[in-house]
Amino acid sequence: MHIPDGFVSAPVAAVGYAVAAGCVGYAVKATNKRLGDKQVPLMGVLAAFVFAAQMLNFPIAGGTSGHLAGATLAAILLGPWAGLLIMTCVLIVQCLVFQDGGLLALGLNVANLGLIAGVVGYAAYRSAHFLFPGKRGQLAGAGIGGCLSVVTASAAAAVELAVSGTVPLAVVLPAMAGIHLLIGIAEGLVTAAVLALVLATRADLLELQKA
Amino acid sequence: MKRLDVRLKWWHAGLAIALLVMLSPLASTSPDGLEKVAEDKGFADRAVETPFHVIPEYIMPGVQGTIPGRILAGIVGSGVLLALGWGLARLLRRRNET
Repeated sequence: MHIPDGFVSAPVAAVGYAVAAGCVGYAVKATNKRLGDKQVPLMGVLAAFVFAAQMLNFPIAGGTSGHLAGATLAAILLGPWAGLLIMTCVLIVQCLVFQDGGLLALGLNVANLGLIAGVVGYAAYRSAHFLFPGKRGQLAGAGIGGCLSVVTASAAAAVELAVSGTVPLAVVLPAMAGIHLLIGIAEGLVTAAVLALVLATRADLLELQKA
Repeated sequence: MKRLDVRLKWWHAGLAIALLVMLSPLASTSPDGLEKVAEDKGFADRAVETPFHVIPEYIMPGVQGTIPGRILAGIVGSGVLLALGWGLARLLRRRNET
């Protein structure tokens, strides 16, 4: 779902950059204060994992494929701000090295797949965990958060396309949201599965992050 | 009931990443969500290619065959991101300590 150049207008792209830059700047400050020893390698490993996972497109329906985003997982394991930094790194490398996602559209891609996906996914996770304390709440939150994050990010992209005058909102929004609901289900399942694995083997990683 | 007490080590994660990279040539080549919507709704031709090309389509140029090309691209990308994430974290921690 990386937006290529040409799909969005220059003003929309500029707003995307402004939002992305502002949030990433804040994320740097916020992450500054919280990084523990174990999170240093975790950030590297998670960035590489998200990248590798995003490479694996899986067929969805009728000649379409989807791929994982990973923003919710990053937010859960490292907190939303460090998670945003990771997603930003992945998106920058994808754009500059692999030409996945446009250069002008990079700000928007960070805003959608990094910020919006991360915030929505994390909020769902924390809410579920709050309402249902314990592992079950965490896993449910990860699943729901993962799904919602993808759908919301795709809706945001749809809005950006519409505001750019590329395609009418009434056409693009249901199309994007529909496909990404299916992709979101996969995202939710994988996010919950990975979280379950981490909780079972290295729950200490998560506790560090909350301190 | 025997309980498996596996402590996840960093190299387990490395193994998982290597596995994902090895599987990447099997990835679906169908257009992804946005691309498909663009094709269906008629704005796909608006896409503008970037003026630069390094490892386009996640296939390492100059390598014989798409499969090794993809895998190599995956190795490069994962390696870059591993270093970038780690380096960024170290940089931020150092700023924190001063």
